[in-house]
Amino acid sequence: MKQLITIVILVAAIVLLAVVSGAFYEIQETEQVLVTQFGKPVGDPVATPGIHVKIPFIQKANYFEKRFLEWDGDPNQIPTKDKRFIHVDTYARWQISDVLLFRERNIDEDGAQSRLDDILDGETRNTVAKHQLIEVVRSTNREFTAEEEIGGGDSGAELQSIDFGRSALAREVLAGASPRLEALGILLLDFRFKRIEYVEEVQREIFSRMISERKRIAEQFRSEGAGESARINGEKDRELKSITSEAYREAQEIKGKADAQAADIYAAAFNKDPEFYRFTKTMETYRSTMDADTTIVLTTDGDFYRYLNRAK
Amino acid sequence: MDGAKVRNIGTQGFVPPRIPGRTIGIGILALMALWMILSSVYRVDVDEQALVLRFGRHVRTTERGLHFKLPRPIESVIKVAVQRQLKEEFGFRTEDPGRRTRYAAQGFDAESVMLTGDLNVADVEWITQYRIREPYNYSFKVRNVTETFRDMNEAVMREVVGDRSVTEVLTVGRQEIETEAETRLQELANQYEMGIKIEQVVLQDVNPPEAVKDAFNEVNQAQAEREKMINEALAEFNRIIPRARGEAQQTIQQAEGYATERVNLARGDAARFDALLAAYRRAPEVTRRRIYLETMNAVFPKVKNKVILDEKAKNVLPLLNLQREVKP
Repeated sequence: MKQLITIVILVAAIVLLAVVSGAFYEIQETEQVLVTQFGKPVGDPVATPGIHVKIPFIQKANYFEKRFLEWDGDPNQIPTKDKRFIHVDTYARWQISDVLLFRERNIDEDGAQSRLDDILDGETRNTVAKHQLIEVVRSTNREFTAEEEIGGGDSGAELQSIDFGRSALAREVLAGASPRLEALGILLLDFRFKRIEYVEEVQREIFSRMISERKRIAEQFRSEGAGESARINGEKDRELKSITSEAYREAQEIKGKADAQAADIYAAAFNKDPEFYRFTKTMETYRSTMDADTTIVLTTDGDFYRYLNRAK
Repeated sequence: MDGAKVRNIGTQGFVPPRIPGRTIGIGILALMALWMILSSVYRVDVDEQALVLRFGRHVRTTERGLHFKLPRPIESVIKVAVQRQLKEEFGFRTEDPGRRTRYAAQGFDAESVMLTGDLNVADVEWITQYRIREPYNYSFKVRNVTETFRDMNEAVMREVVGDRSVTEVLTVGRQEIETEAETRLQELANQYEMGIKIEQVVLQDVNPPEAVKDAFNEVNQAQAEREKMINEALAEFNRIIPRARGEAQQTIQQAEGYATERVNLARGDAARFDALLAAYRRAPEVTRRRIYLETMNAVFPKVKNKVILDEKAKNVLPLLNLQREVKP
């Protein structure tokens, strides 16, 4: 009898525990819950974390994510309006905004991801194909700052300006996809282009263009070097000529002036008695011009030897 | 065999204790009490903050130190390292943390290869350092924070690089790219409510793609070549011109010297003549003759061949062999 009572108490305790645990459910900070009764939603979804009450066994707590969720697109090969094939890799942030709708349309998160794939990939394809490649790459019409250094060569693409830009295109996709996703209880928070890459063939084409562009710049550098070097050489020659000729001119001027001054001095002195000057100069000349090899022929008639005839 | 042994020892040593049910109950209660006490104490490290959840709901955030909470399953704790600097690497991975030199760059090209604003391609590797600023947001607002953060980084870096020319990216634009990426990342992190503070974006290797590297190097080479040619020309200029300037000065100085000399000589000669003239005027005849004779006196001894003819024998002169006549 005592044993029976113990068993009854034990069973009652287990049943009570089951009822109590079935009557409460816990919501984490990251979750939201939709309570359903036999599969039918009861009341509004609960998003407040903490402990909540429901009818045990009859009602069921269905848990959904409350956090921002990720969506990572597959790289898509898309032609742009200017017929360039690129791989476009995108990502998006989304959130289950309407649990009721979400549950109704998607069943679970995997289903949601595949719906996101369909819608976002489609919108991306449409948007990218509608625009030039440059619109996906650039965000603003900011001027490049390093171009002067190279000497302002343009490869055609450099000067392209944009009308929309990357962020505007992303917004276009966002705007295009948002209403369709809202109908699924999904709120699209943000959509971005992650990677944009050329497909293999285009890549090769781009690389060869880059190479030729670099070659052009290298040639320009070399030519600039040669030109500059030639200019400096020319300047050197000019400078050299100007320096030496200037010096020559100045020297000649100085010499000429001195010569003239000397001539004046001589003239002033010698004019006092030209005849005597001639005489002394002649005497000086004799001294300096006659040497051992000179032969002098004198007559006794001459001034010097006249005393040989007669010492008078 | 082992098992047999153990059983043997077991049967020998095991004496089933006769413990009353009451004691068992007390023991269980004591164990439960101990477990409750242990699960109500938690420690938060220096670089952490702890989020306390009551039935899953965030009730308080505690700083470092020893704290109490209600035992499980009522309250639980999530610790978040708020002071720790976290890091994501793009385009490479540090293989051996602690030694900064070991990198693996292979296989992460997809992360780092991007289009530049002039539709060229650059390989940009970078690191983003960040910290958790708001542990609540970091823990509860976003699922897969790291994945999200990596996506954001790739998108933002491409956005920033996409607005610059390849030359800018490879040369002068680094600083600007870092700053702008940092700003935009922070904005995006705020928008996503990730509770993250971007500390720094640091560009690592920024290279042209492998296939065009040679061409880029050629440009660098050509640039160096240009500098070299210019420098050589300037060197030649510097070798010639200052020297020529000096030589010009020399020429001019020499001319000055010549001029001084010339004038001085003239003055000297003139003074001498003046003096002589004055003397001559005092006694013209005598002086004249004296000078004449003195000159002859000075000149004649030097001259070996002297022919003296009488006035009347004038005509003989042309017939003489002067040299032989005189020599013996």
